[in-house]
Amino acid sequence: MTFDLAFMLSTLPAFGRAVLTTFKVGLLAIGLSLLVALMANVLLSFKRRALDMLVRAYVELARNTPLLIQLFFIYFALPSVGVQVSGFTSAIVAMTFLGGAYLTEVLRAGIEAVPVQQLEAGRAIGLSGGQLLRYVILPQAGLLSLPAVFANVIFLLKETTVVSAVAVPELLYTTKNYIALYYKTYEMLAVLTGLCLVLFLPLSLVLGLLERRLQRGHLGF
Amino acid sequence: MSDVIELRGFSKHFGAHPVLNGIDLAVRQGEVVVILGPSGCGKSTLLRCLNGLEQGSAGELRFNGERLDARSDWRAVRQQVGMVFQSYQLFGHLRVLDNILLGPLRVQKRAPQEAQAQALALLERVGLADKALAWPRELSGGQQQRIAIVRALCMNPKVMLFDEVTAALDPEMVKEVLEVILDLAEAGMTLLIVTHEMAFARAVADRIVFMDGGRIAEQSPPEAFFSNPQTARAQQFLERFSYVENLPRRKAS
Repeated sequence: MTFDLAFMLSTLPAFGRAVLTTFKVGLLAIGLSLLVALMANVLLSFKRRALDMLVRAYVELARNTPLLIQLFFIYFALPSVGVQVSGFTSAIVAMTFLGGAYLTEVLRAGIEAVPVQQLEAGRAIGLSGGQLLRYVILPQAGLLSLPAVFANVIFLLKETTVVSAVAVPELLYTTKNYIALYYKTYEMLAVLTGLCLVLFLPLSLVLGLLERRLQRGHLGF
Repeated sequence: MSDVIELRGFSKHFGAHPVLNGIDLAVRQGEVVVILGPSGCGKSTLLRCLNGLEQGSAGELRFNGERLDARSDWRAVRQQVGMVFQSYQLFGHLRVLDNILLGPLRVQKRAPQEAQAQALALLERVGLADKALAWPRELSGGQQQRIAIVRALCMNPKVMLFDEVTAALDPEMVKEVLEVILDLAEAGMTLLIVTHEMAFARAVADRIVFMDGGRIAEQSPPEAFFSNPQTARAQQFLERFSYVENLPRRKAS
């Protein structure tokens, strides 16, 4: 087995664009997932049975079906009912659907970990339900959920590889493309693995650092 | 003087378990009432009913003559009835000053400069002017509890409720917190205090309310209560407290 180093280097510009696409898809999906999780938990805060069941149903549907199937459903099945979406849009929607469900659960766990006495202290100074959520519960729940949120951020970034299946030119799609065209299988998989490590490992470390810094400042861990 | 708080036949039960049973109590403006009684007698629940953290099951509760029930505007009432808890409950994600200003700014929508000036003046009054920008976790229990008192005071309440506020503190810190409460009493604020500090109760109270089994067993001026309790249950209760103080030295082995 020989490693064609010159070939590997020649593909780097294309991989540079792929990295950008991966981050674009990943970060957009993560941002939207956080928004979905926040909205789902606001719905839960009303403590209405119907709303609880709605959120529950969404979370279970999203968590118990494979991302690839969700993606195919949006990309291939929706056009048959007249909804045409691009690969990029399908990718964002599918990943938000999945990520939103995971982060909903993460944030819910954080909210439930806020001591009930803190809520009473908030009510005792006259805060309304919404104010309590905004000024007491969510800031504390957010800090408590940080480790799990960051774990899911990394998870979603890696999971972007799945969207290669709908022709979004991110890391895996680019890799498979080169393999199909030039049969440089080992070289391309090596580049992919190397890039993933180079990109995600430092990110992991930075997020871990950030987590400790934020939590130490506020909660005194 | 008019009654600020008035309870008539007030009862509260958790499921089938009665916690408060036909409470009749009137608290005058500027009065300092100390509620004593054994664990589980309903003292804390009584305080929590006064600012709506719990709702009564039967009977009447009036605040400034206005009848209150589950449908009342408790947010408005809570701005006038401050409460301090045994475990302080400062908001850990906010600095001291932001803890104090959360209510004045968000609930009362007051001007930031005016509210902040009052917050700083109150911090000065409890001897913690230098802690405005500290995090709660950096403070001792006694300091946190004094901040919690300031947080309640900064809403300009008419009544303050103290629920065993020194029970979690070292003796040295108990002193600094009790001094703050004593200071409020001398300034003429209406106070309802649940405590196990008997000497403090005697020193601060205009009236002692002794509760047992969800009822008010006895209420009298502090001197009368401590020197000559009327009910057998109160006598027994006071004896328990003097038991430790009068414990004889054990024989050396």
